Order: sequence, then C-alpha cells, then structure tokens
Amino acid sequence: MSVSVLAIDDSRTIREMVSRTLGDAGFDVTTATDGKAGVAAFEGRRFDAVVTDINMPNLDGFGVIEAIRGGRTNRRVPILVLTTESGPALKERARKAGATGWIVKPFEDRAFVDVVRRVTGGA
Amino acid sequence: MSDSLRDMFFAECEDLLEALSEGLAAMSDGTHDAETVNAIFRAVHSIKGAAGAFALEDIVSFAHQYETVLDLIRSGQLDPDAEVMRAILRSSDVLADLVDAAQNDRTDRPDAMAPLLEQLTRLADAAPAPIATQPPEPEAVFAPMAAMPLTLAPIVGAESRFRIRFRPERALFDNGHDPLRLLRALSALGELTVDCDLSAIPPLGSFDPEESFLAWDMTLTGDIAEGEIRGVFSFVDGLCTLSVEREDDEAPQSTVPNSPLPQPAATPPGEAETPLVNADPPPDPGGERQPVRAGGAAAANAGPARPTLRVDPERVDRLINTVGELIINQAVIGQKIAALGAEPNSEVMSDLDDYRHLARDIQEGVMAIRAQPVKPLFQRMGRIIREAAEAVGKEVVLETEGEMTEVDKTVVERLADPLTHMVRNAVDHGIEPAALRTERGKPAEGTVRLIAAHRSGHVHIAIADDGGGLDRERILGKAVEKGLVSPEAKLTESEIDNLLFLPGFSTASSITNLSGRGVGMDVVKTAITSLGGRVSISSRPGHGSTFSITLPLTLAVLDGMVVTVGDQTMVLPLYSILETIRPQARNVTPLGRGGHVLSIRGAYVPIVSLAHVLGLASEPFDPTRSIFVLIRADGSQPVALAVEAISDQRQVVIKSLEGNYGRIPGISAATILGDGKIALIVDTDTVVAIAAQTPAVQTIRDKEPDHEQLAALG
Repeated sequence: MSVSVLAIDDSRTIREMVSRTLGDAGFDVTTATDGKAGVAAFEGRRFDAVVTDINMPNLDGFGVIEAIRGGRTNRRVPILVLTTESGPALKERARKAGATGWIVKPFEDRAFVDVVRRVTGGA
Repeated sequence: MSDSLRDMFFAECEDLLEALSEGLAAMSDGTHDAETVNAIFRAVHSIKGAAGAFALEDIVSFAHQYETVLDLIRSGQLDPDAEVMRAILRSSDVLADLVDAAQNDRTDRPDAMAPLLEQLTRLADAAPAPIATQPPEPEAVFAPMAAMPLTLAPIVGAESRFRIRFRPERALFDNGHDPLRLLRALSALGELTVDCDLSAIPPLGSFDPEESFLAWDMTLTGDIAEGEIRGVFSFVDGLCTLSVEREDDEAPQSTVPNSPLPQPAATPPGEAETPLVNADPPPDPGGERQPVRAGGAAAANAGPARPTLRVDPERVDRLINTVGELIINQAVIGQKIAALGAEPNSEVMSDLDDYRHLARDIQEGVMAIRAQPVKPLFQRMGRIIREAAEAVGKEVVLETEGEMTEVDKTVVERLADPLTHMVRNAVDHGIEPAALRTERGKPAEGTVRLIAAHRSGHVHIAIADDGGGLDRERILGKAVEKGLVSPEAKLTESEIDNLLFLPGFSTASSITNLSGRGVGMDVVKTAITSLGGRVSISSRPGHGSTFSITLPLTLAVLDGMVVTVGDQTMVLPLYSILETIRPQARNVTPLGRGGHVLSIRGAYVPIVSLAHVLGLASEPFDPTRSIFVLIRADGSQPVALAVEAISDQRQVVIKSLEGNYGRIPGISAATILGDGKIALIVDTDTVVAIAAQTPAVQTIRDKEPDHEQLAALG
C-alpha cells in the first residue's frame, strides 16, 4: 500500500512541486490550499504524513500542527514543516507545537524525499 | 524544472503581485491593520519561496530584503511613514519588474533595484529591533543522507564500533516520530545489534499507553562517522536521551544527552537546549541566509481568502457561445410560434416569455463569470502615476472609486493601454508643478482620480485630475497650426477640448519621455472605440480635466442597427452611428469619378456605398435610392454609409467568424437573427478605411476648408 502524504501550502507552485516530487517517489499525495482546508482534509482520511507550510491564510502551519496533535485521530502522524522561514524561534515554536521535522524551501528533491521517507519509513 | 511548473509559478506571481499592490494601496490609504500588512508580507514571502525553487536569485534576494522590512512593519518595529511607504511601493514595482524579467529569461536588473535594496537594508537596520542585529542564524545543514559524513564530521577511516543508548521521551511520540524507523535508519548505516530495555515498564495497573517506557541499547559496526549516527537522530534531538560512544575510544566521545548535532557554526545561546534540527538545503551562495527576525510569524495568521474557482477561459467562452445559441434559438422559436398564430396572451406565449427570461438570466450569469473588477487595473495605474510623477518631479497621488465595478475581462485587459496613456497625460500635462499649485492655493500634491461605475447598462470610467485644466487657446492654436481646423472656425469649448482626440494632435511642446513619442489621444480614442466605447473630455480652467469613458458591459452582445444591403441583412454597431438620414436629392452632389458627397447642415460628408465596399452590388451606385447612416469610425471624420433600408435596432449576440471562416475585411463578426437568418456585423472602422481609397473621400479630404466643418460635425 502506498504511503499517503497530505501537503498543505497556499502557493500552488509549491503544492505542485511537492506533489510531483513526492508523487514521482511513489508517495500518494493529497494537497490542501490553506491550513483550514488542510485540517479538514486530514480529518477526512488517514494520512501517513503531513507536509505543511507555515505562512498561510486562514490557519497557519502552527495552527495545523496544533489542530492535528490535539485532535482525536491519527494525532501522532509525522508532520514536516516546509517553509522559507528559518528563524530559531519559529522552529522552536513549531517543535513545541509538535512538528516532527523541518524542511527549508527551496528544497532539493532528493533531500526532501529522503526526509519524508525517514519520518514515514515508506515509499 | 519543467515548463508547466514555471508557467504555474509566473501565473501565481501575477496573482501575488496583484494582491501585493492591492494591499499596498490599502496601506497608502492609511489602513495599517495586521490583516492588510500580513497579506502584503505573505505575497512577497510566497514569491520569494517559490522563486527559490527556480533559482531566481535576484527575486529571492530582493524579496528577502523587502520581506524583512515588511516584517518589521508587521511587528510594529518600523513605522510606515511616508519614506517607508514610498520605499515599499517602489519595491513592489521592482519586484514586478524582476518577475517580468525572469519570465522573459532576461537577467537585466531594474535600475531602481540597487538603490532600493540599499534603502531597504538601511530601513531594516534602523529599526529599533534588538534581534535584528543578531548575526545570521547558524543552520544545521541537512544534506541527503549519503552526503552527511562529508558535511557533518570528518570521516573516520575503516571500521568503527559504536555503543548507542537511546531512550525516547513521550514528546518524541507526540511529535510523530517512530523509534522503529530510527532503528531501521541506523541499521542502514552498518551492522546493528539491538537490545530493548524493558525495565522501566510499570505494572499493568499503572501503565499509561501514551507514555514512553522503552529504551534501546545498540551497537553499530561499520565504516561510520559519529555525525552519521547523530544525523539519524537529528529530528529527535531534545526529544530523547541519546548517547553515542565509540567503543575503541578510551574516553566516551559524547555522553551528553540532548546534545545538539555537531555543527559547522556555533550554536547561539538559547537554542542549545532544544534545537529542532533542520533539513535545510545546502547553504545558499546568493546571500539568502540573512537574519530573519523572529516573532514575525506570530502574526502569521491571516486574512480570509475569498474562495475562488479557477476555470480555463476557453470553457467560459464555449459556455457563452452556447448561451448565445440558446438566446438565438429562443428568438427563433418565438417567431415560429407567433407565425403559427398563437395569441399574444395565450399560455404558450407566456411560457415562451418565461423561457426568454430564463435564457437572459443564464446569459447574465455566464457573462458575470467573465466579469472582473477594475480594481487590479486601477491599482496598476498607481504605479504608472508614481513613475510618471517621479520622472517629472511632481507630487501626485491616486484616488480610486468604484474599483469593484465589474467589466468583461477582455475590456479590462484592453483598457490598460489607453488608461495608462491618459493617466500619464494627467500627470505630465494636467497636474501643475508644486510651486504653481501652491501659488494657485491648491495643495502641493496633485490628485488623479479613477472612478468606475455602472450606469444604464454601461460601464463608466472617469480619469479626473485636479490640475490646471485644458489650455483651450493653445489647443485651438495648435489645431489651426496643424490644419485640423480653419482659423475662422467657431468651436464650442467642448468641441475645442475634444480636438485632442484628432489624429496627430499633441500639445506637448517638448517631447518628454512620458507622453511624447508622437502618440496622441487619438490612439486612446481608437482603442476605446474598438471596444465599442466612447471617450470624451471635459475641463474647467484652473480646476482640472476629466476624461469620461463609456464602455459596453460585455463584448458578447452588441447594440446594433439591422440594415439591408444588397440582398443581405447586416448589422451596424450602434456605437459608431451618429445619425440616420433620408436625403433629399438636392443634398447629394456628384464629386469626382463616380463619387458623391452628402450635404448636411452646410457640411459635406463623403458617401460610401456599403454594398459596393463589400462587393455585394453588381449595379452602379444610385445614391438617390439610399438611406444614409452617418457613422464615425476610428475617430476620423464622418462618412455617410449608404444602405437600402433600416429595419430594426436591437441587441444581437456576437458570433465570431474568425474561428470558423477567417477574417473578412469589413466584417467583424456575425449574428443570428430571430428569423434564423445569419446577419454579418459590419466593421465600420475597416469599411471607412477601405472607403478612404475611393475618389469621393479622397477629394473631400483634399478640400481644405471643409475640414473645419467636418471636425465640428462629429
């Protein structure tokens, strides 16, 4: 069974990029356009991992992490934060919120896939 | 990177730049709320983020510095005063230019880029942000696993044997990690033996299934560097107790739990206890790693995005086309039922009425999909004004009104050039220099207003400046000098003002790089006329000028006059018609070889037989048996178009011919009338242009004194 990843990003370019990169690596990728849509998608299906942007309208990445970690189902899913921000305070906040890992954009396809493999153990 | 992704990126950039100028316009109006500033920040941030993926270094580095300043504004550390506002407005222009350059594979940099970068840096540095002066944040560099020994630690030659103790904390599970995966990753490095320590598991009664009780003692043998092992645990740093010892070492290499990854750079205090290790790309030589102020993302929550639907425009056009067919079909059925003798009040006729209303509703609904607010267009003018004002050293602000007014997409697109021209004109010629304005008791800063509104089925757009108004004496003098009107002509003020639209007219006595280039307002008029619109100007000396544009709501239907030409039924667009004339024989005068002119109120207008221009007539033209439709096309002099009969005035659905048939000179499109017959829609501009080659028109154009009267006619 393929490993399913939920990618949440408000930039459609990044969404497409993540989709293609992970899709080519054999992951089953679902995308959502902002935090709110992402959480809704997450609640509707069991994902093996979540990749989320931080800076997003409606609900930001921290909100996504908090919603998932505080939710009822699958709350220990690996969540990778994908963002251009690299400030230590931001990382600390994401980690406190429960992020599993951190990837800074722009990413290298291979490094990105490796990290997702690492936290999901699959694809 | 594939082209489709690139296209997607640039399309997205366009949206983001629009959102950016929208936000900046709101900020210029004094709206500094978090939501607005956030939206601006996010737009720049998103451009930067995606640009990085395409290695567009200029965009990334510029957007970065731009974003830094925006972030300071967002966090309240920088006051968006006039200077700051100017800087971030100009920055949006430069960013747009950079995106444009990248899209066209150009590497040239906008001239304003370097000074602006400098200014942004200065603004950022001047902000009273203690954190802003921190050195660049050292990043733990994540490289693909295989490359890790190269970047993280010196390679240890040959076999090494490590003793690893790993005791996860509950937070490790909470953050979505799985020890099993970590062990697997370790086993990929070398030969791994694992011993699970179950000693901490409590009796079943007090067992908390969410708590972590396990620990693992492992030995790992192979050609491995310690850094590789720590790399495996990089994400769980701080979430477990980890010790890694090399067995052949006398002293343990590292026994400190939670110790951060060995890093190329020193870890700043405060981060040491609980670093979240990054999977960063290799360091960016382009200077991307600049201090990123923390705290900014605290306000990262954002304004509500209006949910929108992206649709391929072609689909909408197909739908519009089909709805057009529906409307025509409705008219055809209506006529047929009426022909069968149905009573006007009969049930079938009232059903038919319902059908007609529904069809119109659908049509309106579909048209609304193509409708777009003029807002982005107006906002683009903000930039034009900034640049124009800067070029001529004036202070000018843009005010907009009714920017949510919606117009057909094509109209919005094709309005950009004429609007740009008019706005530039307003800044260049309309607004007086600050000194003169002060002298006249006006604020030193000039204002250009863009107003849009819907009125009686049309869109009205006005470009108003509070400048000096038109110099009628000079305009008239220029027109006389250029032979556009005779010195004796008596023109009303409005007629003088509208001389500006005559071809070849330009009042700029010096060619500035703004509105010079010999392009006059006639080009504006042509562009607007081609959209089925009209433009006029009004002016009050000392108070300013206003250009008024009236446009149809859509390009899919047309108000037309149904006429008979030869044995054909044709439609003349109503916007080009000045009046219709049933002439008396004495008003038609032969002129030149086979030409005729029509005398109207003392002025002579060339007569053009539509049937002959379109090649529909076999017999010689007999003007006495014609009805004349006085048209003015292309902003030029009026022409009397001879047709055989005028039957009706109605709205027709425009059906493009080009897709099915190709371009026909003199015909712009076709429509289907209620009786099911096809009628061609006449392209009056082209007809007049074709007719201009005929002797009568030539002769009358050469007759000098008539020019004045012809100009006055229209």
